[in-house]
Amino acid sequence: MNDTGSLPHAPPRDAAAARTARSRRWLLYAPLAAAGGAVLGFWALLRGLGTGRYDPRGVPSALIGQPVPDFALPPLEGAGLPGLSAADLRGGLERPALVNFWASWCVPCLVEHPLLMRLAREGTPVFGINYKDRPEDARAFLGRHGNPFARLGADQPGRVAIDWGVYGVPETYLVDRGGVIRWRWAGPLTPPLLESELRPLLRRHA
Amino acid sequence: MIPELGHFALALACAVALAQGVLPLVGAARGDARLIALAPPLAAAQALAAFAAFVALAWSFAVNDTTVLGVVQNSHSAKPLLYKLTGTWGNHEGSMVLWVLILALCGGAVAGFGRRLPGALQARVLAVLAWIAVGFLLFILATSNPFRRVWPPAPDGQGLNPVLQDPGLAFHPPLLYLGYVGFAVTFAFAVAALLEGRVDAAWGRWVRPWALAAWAFLTLGIALGSWWAYYELGWGGFWFWDPVENASLLPWLAGTALLHSAIVVEKREALKVWTVLLALLAFALSLLGTFLVRSGVLNSVHAFASDPARGVFILVLLALYVGGGFALFAARAPALAPAGVFAPLSREGALVLNNLFLCSIGAVVLSGTLYPLFADLVLGVKISVGPPFFHTAILPLAAPLLLAMPIGTLLPWKRARLWPVLQRLWWAALAAAGALLLALALAGARVWPALGFAAAAWLIGGAAADLADRLALFRRPAAAWARARGLPRAAWGAALAHAGLGLTLAGIAGMGLATEALVALRPGESARLAGYTWRLEAVRDVAGPNWSARRATVTVGRDGAVVAVLEPERRFFPLGRQTTTEAAIATDLLRDLYAVLGEERDGAAILRLHHNPLAPWIWLGAAVMALGGGLSLSDRRVRVAAPAPRGATVPA
Repeated sequence: MNDTGSLPHAPPRDAAAARTARSRRWLLYAPLAAAGGAVLGFWALLRGLGTGRYDPRGVPSALIGQPVPDFALPPLEGAGLPGLSAADLRGGLERPALVNFWASWCVPCLVEHPLLMRLAREGTPVFGINYKDRPEDARAFLGRHGNPFARLGADQPGRVAIDWGVYGVPETYLVDRGGVIRWRWAGPLTPPLLESELRPLLRRHA
Repeated sequence: MIPELGHFALALACAVALAQGVLPLVGAARGDARLIALAPPLAAAQALAAFAAFVALAWSFAVNDTTVLGVVQNSHSAKPLLYKLTGTWGNHEGSMVLWVLILALCGGAVAGFGRRLPGALQARVLAVLAWIAVGFLLFILATSNPFRRVWPPAPDGQGLNPVLQDPGLAFHPPLLYLGYVGFAVTFAFAVAALLEGRVDAAWGRWVRPWALAAWAFLTLGIALGSWWAYYELGWGGFWFWDPVENASLLPWLAGTALLHSAIVVEKREALKVWTVLLALLAFALSLLGTFLVRSGVLNSVHAFASDPARGVFILVLLALYVGGGFALFAARAPALAPAGVFAPLSREGALVLNNLFLCSIGAVVLSGTLYPLFADLVLGVKISVGPPFFHTAILPLAAPLLLAMPIGTLLPWKRARLWPVLQRLWWAALAAAGALLLALALAGARVWPALGFAAAAWLIGGAAADLADRLALFRRPAAAWARARGLPRAAWGAALAHAGLGLTLAGIAGMGLATEALVALRPGESARLAGYTWRLEAVRDVAGPNWSARRATVTVGRDGAVVAVLEPERRFFPLGRQTTTEAAIATDLLRDLYAVLGEERDGAAILRLHHNPLAPWIWLGAAVMALGGGLSLSDRRVRVAAPAPRGATVPA
């Protein structure tokens, strides 16, 4: 050991000084305690990531955990599909469903379209809300790329989108069997997203 | 073959680091000179091995070796060579190799330039650095092998993230890592001092250059990142209080505090416990940033794609290093008796005030960054803490800090009187008042920007007053030149850095006056913004080496004369199926004209137009701050008495 290494610790002059020295001594453990707490917290975060309890992605929505807002939308003219209303979602679904806001003029909607088709083929109910679109354009879009929607509401004024808090199209919500919104994704669905998030959620709420 | 050699070099570096972590420590504890003397050659060997590994990886990227997984995922043969090379660290695995390389080079620098260090202290510092290296090398080898092969080889790579294909971002990570790793060195010095139970003026003199170098690089790195966000993301802002940005700001704040408190240790042998704590804290926050970015707990444009196993590994490293450092601190700090005594109103007192405010700002940023994470986990609510919180919480802390900055540099050590100092600052105060009134007169009743300009003038004026005072410019003008040559470069550096902050503040205040407009224009139509006429001439297709783009031509005119031609682009990278916006910026250093091209619909192009007064000053100021740090580093006192910090700048 380096013998000049440690300077003698000056002895406290009186009891009061000794007390302050002791209380200071505890203060020196504060950084360790804070770091320990932080490490535990981060560990909990990582566990949450693994179990899906904590999810850093996804735009926060005030509606997560809430029943779907009240709305009733007419069907899209000439599409031959029933319209969509809150009652359709609250009335005891057999499986968790997706509500997808889309428009024919939106390029990312086209990008995510094959995934919606795949989900619909696999039996997941996919409900569409056609947002600020011309009926003939929307019909042409479905005619050209296929129709994944079991029901399709037309929200030409975009009023219902406001009630749902839609950022922009495309945007997808997961509604559980009791009609409660469980998940929201602003932007196009992607295959990695489907595997890492959507499928586990669909399984969990099945 | 080369990738296997690289992999082997990494393992070798790990083994060498293990030896470097054990033998010198034993030597220092037993006073065995032979074991102590082993530390520098081992550090040099580790640096060599890490360098070999990095070169092997860079080579794989340069020749586009598609049998290497990292190359397949992050590179492409059509990419320019520069971006192939910078792609080496544009991904998680490669950036960790760069991190370890810089750490090893810093160790080599401590070994090479620290020959005047007491042998036992140097051995302990190198041993602590080696333990950090062991942890991160194991992390790479166990979870993030950059040399993983794929067979059969892919026909070509899948392209680098196009957002990273940019000079600003290419050099942003190395600068940040130089900063983070520099704080690893100050951490090692703090741990070594705690092991020895001794902190004295000499220790302060060794630590300060490393703190300075790390701080200067971190300043540059943060500025480069902010500049990149400004011109590349196309949002027109320069700082978004994004968690990852905050993660780099936190060590910067702690480092700035460390830089200042180390002066007190060096000159007055006071604030020892506090300075050691700051040195531990600066590195702890650097590690925190690494954890946040790479573990996947954050959602951010900057975050690496990540998996939880890596997060757990980094968290374990964080717990070991930070926990170990703080435990040692709790056990040994009482032995660090302060020697210097000072009055509250003194240079030391001013530096304590500086530390207090910087750390409070750091606490605000830390809680604002982490609170949303834990609120999500514990309370189950998604909240986002945005600029309004940071602005309102930081402003009351930053204002007194800025006010005290010029006063503090003029206060004498030990005991001071305020009045003579204020007398020397009267014209800086006058400049500040002038700036306030001028801004109010020119820009209308916009109070916050005007106060920002006043603070900027106060800082720059204060730095000038400090220099004028030291040179006795007004008292004995004839001798000023001689005194200027005799003035330590550290004094020039400090004044420059403080003035640099003033420049940055002026830029931020200028951005407070920025105006923007979202317009839809057909070719030939024009819009008006900030007294300029912005005319869309045409939108056409262009092709680059690995992208195609829509490029708009916007002519900006004023009073009939053309001021600038802007060509904003929307680039499409077919390989990654990604689109990036390339904002067009024309600057004359007093204002930026800034245009972003959005979607096109029905023959009209959506354009976002910005007029940003004084925007370039934000990054100019940061560069001046870093320059001040560099100037301070070249001070004779530092060169003679401490390890030359040049080592930290060894090109990566």
